[in-house]
Amino acid sequence: MLIEFIPVLVLFALATAIAVIALVLPAFLGPRRPSRAKIETYESGKLPYGDARYKVPIGYYKIALLFVIFDLEVIFFYPWAVVLRQLHVFGLIEMGIFTALLVVGYVYEWKKGGFEME
Amino acid sequence: MAIPLSWWLTVAAALFAIGLYGVLSRRNAIGVLLGIELMLNAANINLVAFWRFITPQALTGQVFAIFVIGIAAAEAAAGLAIIISAYRRRRTVVVDELDTMRW
Amino acid sequence: MAIEQALQIFVFVILTLMTLGGGLAVVTSRNLFHAALSLILSLAGVVGYYVLLDAGFLAIVQLLIYIGAISILILFSIMLTRGLMTPRQVQRNEQWWIAALVVFLTFVVLIVALWQMVWPIADDEALRTPNVAISQLGEALVGPYAIPFEIISVLLLVALVGAIVLARETENNQGSHAEAGSSE
Repeated sequence: MLIEFIPVLVLFALATAIAVIALVLPAFLGPRRPSRAKIETYESGKLPYGDARYKVPIGYYKIALLFVIFDLEVIFFYPWAVVLRQLHVFGLIEMGIFTALLVVGYVYEWKKGGFEME
Repeated sequence: MAIPLSWWLTVAAALFAIGLYGVLSRRNAIGVLLGIELMLNAANINLVAFWRFITPQALTGQVFAIFVIGIAAAEAAAGLAIIISAYRRRRTVVVDELDTMRW
Repeated sequence: MAIEQALQIFVFVILTLMTLGGGLAVVTSRNLFHAALSLILSLAGVVGYYVLLDAGFLAIVQLLIYIGAISILILFSIMLTRGLMTPRQVQRNEQWWIAALVVFLTFVVLIVALWQMVWPIADDEALRTPNVAISQLGEALVGPYAIPFEIISVLLLVALVGAIVLARETENNQGSHAEAGSSE
């Protein structure tokens, strides 16, 4: 059982090691000659502007909210889907009710303009 | 099982205590919510540990842990919406200053 | 077998450092954003706990729901309410030492209670073969636990609608409070 997770452990150790090496080694080995252009915030080549601490619009929150709800739905779908064939119509109806209730919320947000980012 | 049940429960109790401290001592409402998340996780560790050590054949512990996670998601969604709403109205998320209901 | 046991204890110690260290950072960090990031570390430790406890599905659930969704929601709401909460602001209230005292006493009581208790541990045969089949979990969800399962969806619906109403209300909060309250 736990043996199956050994690769995950190895991956975890490797990721940690690479991150630590990438951060620590340059501090000792690399030359440090900072200039204005070098210490500037890296914005994928664009010149940075404004303050990073601006208040994000509430639209982001609403999208994240929907994501939480549907993420949960997926979690409840998964064990159900594994035994779908054995459950026959009864299981299908139950999951139908479950989904229908969440679709009500989805339609509500849609109708209220929750997807418009203004 | 290399780690006995008491260790798991000790870790869960420690996490619960840390979360409780966060809930009681934070001034920021979102900080309070972070503490609640820690406490819910401590309860979940307990549920799963009891499932593993006391009733490993039944599924009750796991199913309840999934339900607890679902309720935590609903609680976070609604709780954070309330905090954002309070912030938009009163321009503060400090719980000591949100005292309109205290007359 | 001894190697596996040692490895398990080693992983347990690492995970405990992650979980409790992250938790301590959550409640003591001055910068709320750092507190939320520490929460992610703490939750990742709990994922490892579930793996060690043979609850693989729960580990995935924890990863997807807590780290993937709830943390993101918390980070967004911190960014939404950041205007007044500068990192330098004092984050704990005046009663923090009373809180620390109460928490310490609670912790001591819990520890004493759980180390004195004799737990009805299952027999070795059962411990060696835990029931980890996802298919049985699915059958349980729509079988014995059908009612809680459906109620969860009602709860999610209520939370979704409530959160949307609250978020909408804040969009047109210039004066018309009555409209926002009564329109639903």
